[in-house]
Amino acid sequence: MSNSNHPTSPHLQIYRLPLTALLSITHRITGVILTFGCLLLVWILAAAADSAEAYQAIEPHLGSWYGQIFLLGFIFSLYLHFCNGVRHLFWDVGYGFELEVVDITAKLAIAMAVILTIATWVVAGVA
Amino acid sequence: MAEFTLPANSVVKQGKLFKAAAGATNIKRFVVYRYDPDSGENPRTDTYEVDLDTCGPMVLDALLKIKDEMDATLSLRRSCREGICGSCSMNIDGGNTLACTQSISGIKGDVKVYPLPHQPVVKDLVSDLTNFYAQYASVEPWMKTDTATPPDRERLQSREDREKLDGLYECILCACCSTACPSYWWNSDRYLGPAALLNAYRWIVDSRDEAAGERLDDLEDPFKLYRCHTIMNCAKVCPKSLNPAQAIAETKKLLVQRKI
Repeated sequence: MSNSNHPTSPHLQIYRLPLTALLSITHRITGVILTFGCLLLVWILAAAADSAEAYQAIEPHLGSWYGQIFLLGFIFSLYLHFCNGVRHLFWDVGYGFELEVVDITAKLAIAMAVILTIATWVVAGVA
Repeated sequence: MAEFTLPANSVVKQGKLFKAAAGATNIKRFVVYRYDPDSGENPRTDTYEVDLDTCGPMVLDALLKIKDEMDATLSLRRSCREGICGSCSMNIDGGNTLACTQSISGIKGDVKVYPLPHQPVVKDLVSDLTNFYAQYASVEPWMKTDTATPPDRERLQSREDREKLDGLYECILCACCSTACPSYWWNSDRYLGPAALLNAYRWIVDSRDEAAGERLDDLEDPFKLYRCHTIMNCAKVCPKSLNPAQAIAETKKLLVQRKI
């Protein structure tokens, strides 16, 4: 819409995005995180498959604060993207468009992602 | 390509303050987007102190009071003042709605009033909806038939078939939904947007229309239809409580169903 001298009215600057919209953009962001996270995951697995020395070379990074943040972020992204993906599946077959329902399923997807992340973290920590 | 920031000529500056008359006790501040095409200056927000004791209950009442009593240069569209013409659609308190059906008391703090988001601004709260109307026209929103009309009666419709149009025919083309949609913000040159797509679906499911196949052919496009990502802003803001996102999903379903 830049075919004239008319200014463009404010959009992101002034719009109060509802939870559903925030979850929508988060779905996309977590998708990007998963894409790049998978590269790092492959790197870890390749090192583990290669040799003990190769794995030992990256192992301190995984235990470091930034490694832990990455793992936690990756796991949370995976679950949030997955849970919200289930929401999209229902939408794709025509269910769950009512205004009350979209809010409930949005909160449900976030809550499930948090619970699954904590559960995974605890189980992985114990194992 | 999506531009998340405003171009230099669109950045909003701080404007003037119009104080309420002395003695007013029930004051609400209205922060209103202003743009004067003749000034060559950037848009600004002017602040008006409105005495609610002498003002009607809706945001439109306050805007008209401002125009009548405080600042006659304010431009806005309005007509029916009862939520059926769709003229006074604008962004109020961060969401798109009709100024005539939005109560002032429902808004906490200052009332921020902007034109419909991400549109070319003609003046103040008046945005240029040429593209929006062209997109509506592009879905050919009229009945198309191959067969001849029965000689002795109208084209009849069963009660059930008529019910399929409920939640669709009520659209007043106020553009609240389309201009609330981030996908439409970034791709309005190619994505038809929720309003046009809801109206396309309204004709696709009309039992009397005989061009559903062509209509679906026309929508089967990566941009026209499939830029909808179910963000749901459209249904959230529709002042007629319609659900364009659902109409779009039903259209996508029909496109799949006719392949199997």
